[in-house]
Amino acid sequence: MNIPDNLKYTKEHEWILIEGNIITVGITDHAQAELTDVVFVELPEISKEVEENDPMAVVESVKAASDIYAPLAGKIIETNTQLESDPSLINNTPYAEGWICKIELRDASQVENLMNASDYQGFIS
Amino acid sequence: MNSIAKKTPLYDKHIELGGKVVDFAGWLMPVQYTSIMDEHQAVREKVGVFDISHMGQFFVQGEGSLAWLNQMLANNVEKLNLGQAQYTFLLNEEGGIIDDLIVYRLGEEDFFMIVNAAKIDEDYAWLSRYLPEKIRLTNHSDEWAAFAVQGPESQQVFSALFVGQKLPERNGVCRFSQNGRDLIVCRTGYTGEDGFELLCQAESAVDVLAEIIGSGAKPCGLGARDTLRLEMCYPLNGSDLSPEITPLESGLGFFVDMEKGDFIGRNVLEKQKEEGLKRRLVALQVLPSEQRLAPPRSHYSVLDEKGNLLGELTSGVLSPSLGAGIAMAYLPIEFCEIGTRVYIDVRGKKILAELIKKPFLKKG
Repeated sequence: MNIPDNLKYTKEHEWILIEGNIITVGITDHAQAELTDVVFVELPEISKEVEENDPMAVVESVKAASDIYAPLAGKIIETNTQLESDPSLINNTPYAEGWICKIELRDASQVENLMNASDYQGFIS
Repeated sequence: MNSIAKKTPLYDKHIELGGKVVDFAGWLMPVQYTSIMDEHQAVREKVGVFDISHMGQFFVQGEGSLAWLNQMLANNVEKLNLGQAQYTFLLNEEGGIIDDLIVYRLGEEDFFMIVNAAKIDEDYAWLSRYLPEKIRLTNHSDEWAAFAVQGPESQQVFSALFVGQKLPERNGVCRFSQNGRDLIVCRTGYTGEDGFELLCQAESAVDVLAEIIGSGAKPCGLGARDTLRLEMCYPLNGSDLSPEITPLESGLGFFVDMEKGDFIGRNVLEKQKEEGLKRRLVALQVLPSEQRLAPPRSHYSVLDEKGNLLGELTSGVLSPSLGAGIAMAYLPIEFCEIGTRVYIDVRGKKILAELIKKPFLKKG
């Protein structure tokens, strides 16, 4: 299972790339393997303010719809509209072209509460 | 019911094959091994194998079995020649569906039934309640394992497994022994493809599955079983069928014989026929213009153009074969005409769907 060291993680199986007060969010390799065959992604609205743990997007496999939660509070500033035409990017490259959205954090210090790669490895095994 | 989920004799094998196991109807069953899409395609284009050992097997034997079953079941058992099977219903006194099942005639007064996993105890109790003294009803659900081998290449699998045996005709059944194994083979299925269902004693299940896979069938989980059956509009009991719904409302009146004489629930169905149906199970396909919206799911609301609630989806999925959202729902009769357009509420977004003639997947 691929768990890049440069990312942070949540118990909801999201990965977070931190660049200053902007985070990029996607779902982990483990999550995409569990879901399999992503057929639809409902992206968050641009400019929407989200609180930590708010459902902000939906990833649907053939069988079920799964909520994706905001890892931290902030404002949605960008979404990956490529997922609308090719949702399978989440399966194929979960940490790259499969990213879901970017959030401008309300409080950048909150990133300290996220799991690192080895925490997440421990969490899923 | 808080009982611990049961395992079929193949549980360890599912894990070994990489199956993702979930609780289905109180059974730990593989929902998929590699991917629902791949497994779906394998059955439509080649051949796949499903563990259906969770389903129940009853035998009904002894003089008077035929006449008794005809009172208990909605279809006409008399129409079955020896070695034939039919789809039928176990109805309650109100004409509602306790279970949908297949009854197989092995001998003059020797019948075999395959019932839904979640209904084994209820069906058995219901049948026992009406059982005459001379007839033997036995539940062999734990002793038998069962496989569904489905797909256009299923005949090759059969030939490889059973050299010299003849696959029964469509809806046919036969029982034979091979290498000391007691086997029942039925040319039936739940996918819309050619195929057969194979029953063996639980202790040989692991070996038989290995032989089926060795003969070219891809292991498939319940996820693909669900997408395959929904493309054909085959109902799933507990979702599309319930004790509050009659087979006429489900659009399955073809499998009810009103002419054969009395059976449990008949008077209610007759009244329903006289008065006309108030609702029906319909097939809804999401329109191409809406295809980039989310797939329909069971329990989503169905609305008319003014936003009035018409009903809710009983099943819904993105069809792997059609690449379109497909669903079934009970709608008021005035909305049941082919071509009617309705809206499906997907988390507050309304997507347009059209009522189409069943099944979704039209086969050449």
